[in-house]
Amino acid sequence: MSSSTSTAPPRPSFLNDAGVRAFFYQAAVFVAVTGLLYYLVSNTITNMSQRNMSAGFDFLDVSAGFNIAFTLIPYREGDSYLRVFQVGIANTLLVAVIGIVFATIIGLIVGLARLSTNWLIGTLARWYIEVLRNTPLLLQIIAWYFGVFNLLPRPRESIDWGGLFFLNNRGFYMPGPVPQEGFGWTLAALLVAVLGAVGIVMWSNRRRRATGRIFPGGTAATALIILLPLAVFYASGAPLAWDWPALRGFNFVGGLSVPPAFCALVVALSIYTSCFIAEIVRAGIQSVAHGQTEAARALGVKPSRTMRFIILPQAMRVIIPPLISQYLNLTKNSSLAIAIGFPDLVSVWMNTSLNQSGRAIPIVAMTMAFYCVVSLAVSGLLNLYNRRMQLTER
Amino acid sequence: MLPPRRRPHVPSAHEAAFNVWEYTKMKLGLTLLAAAAAMVTVSTAAYAQATLQQVRTRGSLNCQVGLPTPGFYALAANGTWSGLDVDMCRAVAAAIFDDPNRVQYQSVTSAVRFTSLANGESDMLSRTTTWTAVRDTQLGLEFAGVNFYDGQGFLVPRASNITSARQLDGATVCVLTGTTTELNLADYFRANNMTFRAVTNENVNVLVETYLGGGCDAYTNDKSGLASRRAAFPSPNDHIILPETISKEPLGPVVRHGDQNWGDIVRWVLYGMIEAEEMGVNQGNLAEMQRSTNPGIRRLLGTEGNVGQGMGLPADFMVRVIRHIGNYGEAYERHVGANTPVGIPRANSLNALWTNGGLMYAMPFR
Repeated sequence: MSSSTSTAPPRPSFLNDAGVRAFFYQAAVFVAVTGLLYYLVSNTITNMSQRNMSAGFDFLDVSAGFNIAFTLIPYREGDSYLRVFQVGIANTLLVAVIGIVFATIIGLIVGLARLSTNWLIGTLARWYIEVLRNTPLLLQIIAWYFGVFNLLPRPRESIDWGGLFFLNNRGFYMPGPVPQEGFGWTLAALLVAVLGAVGIVMWSNRRRRATGRIFPGGTAATALIILLPLAVFYASGAPLAWDWPALRGFNFVGGLSVPPAFCALVVALSIYTSCFIAEIVRAGIQSVAHGQTEAARALGVKPSRTMRFIILPQAMRVIIPPLISQYLNLTKNSSLAIAIGFPDLVSVWMNTSLNQSGRAIPIVAMTMAFYCVVSLAVSGLLNLYNRRMQLTER
Repeated sequence: MLPPRRRPHVPSAHEAAFNVWEYTKMKLGLTLLAAAAAMVTVSTAAYAQATLQQVRTRGSLNCQVGLPTPGFYALAANGTWSGLDVDMCRAVAAAIFDDPNRVQYQSVTSAVRFTSLANGESDMLSRTTTWTAVRDTQLGLEFAGVNFYDGQGFLVPRASNITSARQLDGATVCVLTGTTTELNLADYFRANNMTFRAVTNENVNVLVETYLGGGCDAYTNDKSGLASRRAAFPSPNDHIILPETISKEPLGPVVRHGDQNWGDIVRWVLYGMIEAEEMGVNQGNLAEMQRSTNPGIRRLLGTEGNVGQGMGLPADFMVRVIRHIGNYGEAYERHVGANTPVGIPRANSLNALWTNGGLMYAMPFR
């Protein structure tokens, strides 16, 4: 409201002026919060120096000196604490990404199964969800570790899949690709194929919306992504060698491998989170009025297309926001890895490094900063996606 | 120019409520400000008080031990702690209160042991902790002495036919995280050009379970720890400790840096127990020894001189310790000696008295 009239009401006294008061309260809150922060920080520093505890980040350059059981990025015992931090971040992100992929796939399948008209499938899905989401995750992780992966046969009696994949109580072993000279062409072809595939999908979607004719864009895109790099790969003389795991001494040597703690963690996280995702998927689909399905059927649309083009796009609007929090939960829950000794960030950084270096405060602060940044970044990205999927109001 | 005169203002019901809210807000804001100011001024005054004074006021000693480990800090079914390291806590309590039971035991994981001590939650820790330069100089800790000279070794199943640590190239090794053991393990394999995979955990029970389930080829720890764990295995004879000792592990009680007097108390209680053994003073002959004419024994037991006074303890503090706990040798044989389940023979080991070729050597009581 603006007072453009010449007979403006008399200004209230200084003490009763709403604007002055508002400013005063904001200033008071600001001073209080700043003062509290200052107090906390200065108190910590004073107390630490009184106890002769070293603060600061100078320890990051010091050689860590311990072994890490599983590292995604290269690490040796002589590397610095900063490197340990990076190793921990890489391991945590690996668990989170793989866990999210599996949880989404399983969750989608179980969520659809839950809606099945087949009594057996629906009931099985319901029991799966109710049993697994109502037991503590930590318990499930420990159960998978001790009850399954630690009880697998020893290396000499490994479970053998065609001499390529081996599973024993020391881990899961698979052949590792070793790129030779000229493999770059295949990677370039893959990049071109992916860009092309995105183009095809966008074009087919646009054409479908414009003309209603359906082009199998997904199939064409998949074919392009597989066939083009494969053709280039063989044309350039198949420049890829394989490093096969082989039993030597105590255990398998060579190839790629993950320790049992990793398997237990990924399985437990995926299954636990998939229950919540399944319920989110079910809720999303049920939120689309049944009339939509009936209308589609009346128009003679195939059931699979009804799901893909009519139900799912509308359900996604309901699904995405809670899905975001499940993904974030999974990422944060991966810190339970410490219970079974998988070297994720919390285990290798906030436990081992903290203990070896004794720098509790910088280490805890760095760990919290990491989880904060990841959570905010993931939720930011998914919020962007969510905004695009939202119903555009006209 | 005069400001315009305002008519007396009669608040309506709505405005009155509004004013109450405003008033509350203002009050609340002022209270917060005052609280913040008060907190800044009180700051950290409470810290300076001496540990001995705090222990006396509290009436008990806060002594930190680890997760139960046979021989060193074992927990019985009735909730009582016992062991070589527990006896260190009991001895300090006996010296202060003439009552070894005035101890509050704090059992925490090794991951938080130093933080807990530095915070003042524990007065001392006595839990097979290795004395190292970094811990002594950078973590605000003070090592009060050594009550067990240990070294790191490997435990393997007898069926594996491994007889030397040199045969462990490529092995998977279970190791407690956050310990010197973890660093020594990496050093040993690096120095000998061997590779290994670590299975780490902060919980020793998880590691032992993994080892027994075949999840690792060897379990490494201080040899005393290996012997202690093996004693609790379903079939201890199926596992052997390899002959190699890959590190020096001097274990002893630790106090906070900065309170020198408190450090002196813990240090001289430990030395007193070792000195008593050297002098032949034990629980059985204590009364007789108090009448001894040997000046060394008289100084130890406080019948001559006054070692205790400088630390704020009575002159006969070692009489209290020996009456309740005994000398070092008695404590050793009671908890980890050859006739206990842990069974670590003392003869010819580093833990024998210096007069018997070991390293146990107390500084003179004079």
